[in-house]
Amino acid sequence: MIQQQAGALLKVRNLTKRFGDGCPQCLEGLGTGNDAEEGPLHHNYCPICGTVHALRDISLDLWPGEILGIVGESGSGKSTLMRCLYFDQEATEGEFFLDPFDGGKANVLKVSAQARRAIRHTLLGMVYQNPVMGLRMNYSAVANIAEKLIAAGSRNVGTMTARASELLDQVNIPLRRMGESPSRFSGGMQQRVQIAKALSNRPPLLLLDEITTGLDLSVQAKVLDLVRQLQADLGIGMLVVSHDLGVIRMLADRTLVMLNGRVVESGLTDQILEDPQDPYTQDLVHSLL
Amino acid sequence: MGVLLEIQNLSKAFTLHNLGRHIKACQNIDLSLQSGEFVGITGKSGSGKSTILKLVWRSYLPQTGSVFYESSEFGRLDLNQASERTILHLRRYELGYVSQFLNVIPRTTARRLVEQAWMEHGGAPNQAPVEAERMLGHFDLDRELWDSYPNTFSGGEKLRLNIARTMVKRPRLLLLDEPTASLDQGSKEKVRILLDRLKQEGTTMLGIFHDLEFMQGLCDREYQMAQGALGASYGQ
Ligand SMILES: Nc1ncnc2c1ncn2[C@@H]1O[C@H](COP(=O)(O)OP(=O)(O)OP(=O)(O)O)[C@@H](O)[C@H]1O
Ligand SMILES: Nc1ncnc2c1ncn2[C@@H]1O[C@H](COP(=O)(O)OP(=O)(O)OP(=O)(O)O)[C@@H](O)[C@H]1O
Ligand SMILES: [Mg+2]
Ligand SMILES: [Mg+2]
Ligand SMILES: [Zn+2]
Repeated sequence: MIQQQAGALLKVRNLTKRFGDGCPQCLEGLGTGNDAEEGPLHHNYCPICGTVHALRDISLDLWPGEILGIVGESGSGKSTLMRCLYFDQEATEGEFFLDPFDGGKANVLKVSAQARRAIRHTLLGMVYQNPVMGLRMNYSAVANIAEKLIAAGSRNVGTMTARASELLDQVNIPLRRMGESPSRFSGGMQQRVQIAKALSNRPPLLLLDEITTGLDLSVQAKVLDLVRQLQADLGIGMLVVSHDLGVIRMLADRTLVMLNGRVVESGLTDQILEDPQDPYTQDLVHSLL
Repeated sequence: MGVLLEIQNLSKAFTLHNLGRHIKACQNIDLSLQSGEFVGITGKSGSGKSTILKLVWRSYLPQTGSVFYESSEFGRLDLNQASERTILHLRRYELGYVSQFLNVIPRTTARRLVEQAWMEHGGAPNQAPVEAERMLGHFDLDRELWDSYPNTFSGGEKLRLNIARTMVKRPRLLLLDEPTASLDQGSKEKVRILLDRLKQEGTTMLGIFHDLEFMQGLCDREYQMAQGALGASYGQ
């Protein structure tokens, strides 16, 4: 359901990611519609050649300041999508556009490595499902943030320390603990350091991958409060990935539902929850209620 | 003043794939509201009343028919055809939806909820505290409750907070889904006074109520719904 296209902060078109080369059977059996022909695939896996079709033809628009939710079961491709958008992994096909880069005219998958690094460090912030991916566990919390500031060109130690403290304060890490390494922090604190790091260069777009998974309920609530507050105060656009519809309900204006690497349904979040159309979404929603 | 909402030939059915069921919720609904009018709907449980409201609010996906709305931002448009982005804009600036349920956000005070709604609508942050107090006072929420968490509120208190939060945005069209369900007589009377006040202030309203008595004197026109169809109106 792609709509007016002018002014989207992020525009993704036909993004595809395969682990493996594919074979004639699985490559041609694909893209034939939503539920009809799955070709030879078993979920997202081709038993003939062993290729995993992790993302198939993903298209989406994110508006400035909007939170777009992405739900789907384990293995549906949510983290792969985040990793492709953050250039951790190379997409196999497709394109995406970021409005602040060249007015959204350039497919950023095709720009120079140097430009990609700049985009990653100044326009994007990422919070990984697993904090080990996003933080250096043995650097101090402050140094973790300084690393991202340096990547975007900062050189002044005093300024960086001040900025890092400000960010850590914003996510409620007490001053006296800022010099400690995240390996000594609780899961909720680690996620908050990741969020502070992601915010460090004031990016217009945040990618948040299962930021509350594995946290205690009360800690989850604090992290979610923080995200809501960031959106309200800073107007940052966010892609929020979760397999938890409760999280999505609380945060997202619109939602995409993924299954086996594809978007099976998208819509206003309350519409997805109250009037789901796809059999898979209906199952997902009805099992929640 | 002119027509604010014009529903034409609106139908909706649900297909529940996993249960193999097809449910017709409403058929061929025609209904229009003049600006400033208050139209009420009653009917048996399951007759399709909420479905109409949720189609207008777009929490239900449109199927057939049209819902023309005279937007101050976009002019006349069919909500059934409008993009999700347009709907989000209208929900923020022009439409209000109040049901008996309050969608509470954990650990957010009543005051903060109204302030957030004010800012979401584009109100200046420094005005938010003043506006929130004005609204909470206007809709008679006890002062002691302003700084507490609404998940502990009574039904009537939640409802009044819900209305305060919706009305701080001054919506042009207010949808009310059984706002008085499960309230005692005293609270119902308060809501009635409150809705009457909104009407005096010029808000256009489409409301579902389960008793006719409640609607009388409050609504300009009333409709009875049965089996997915809207009966003849019998109002002034
Ligand atoms: N490096 C890889 N090599 C091969 N297959 C991979 C690789 N990374 C991911 N996959 C596969 O891609 C698919 C999508 O994985 P992904 O991590 O994106 O799922 P997810 O939706 O994030 O799941 P979860 O909810 O469990 O985090 C899975 O089938 C996974 O096994
Ligand atoms: N989201 C939904 N999914 C499936 N069926 C639905 C859904 N919403 C409503 N229905 C069905 O549509 C019909 C009309 O429901 P609706 O909620 O509009 O009735 P109502 O008149 O508001 O009833 P009540 O007075 O009990 O609130 C019912 O048969 C109901 O089961
Ligand atoms: Mg994942
Ligand atoms: Mg109802
Ligand atoms: Zn294959």
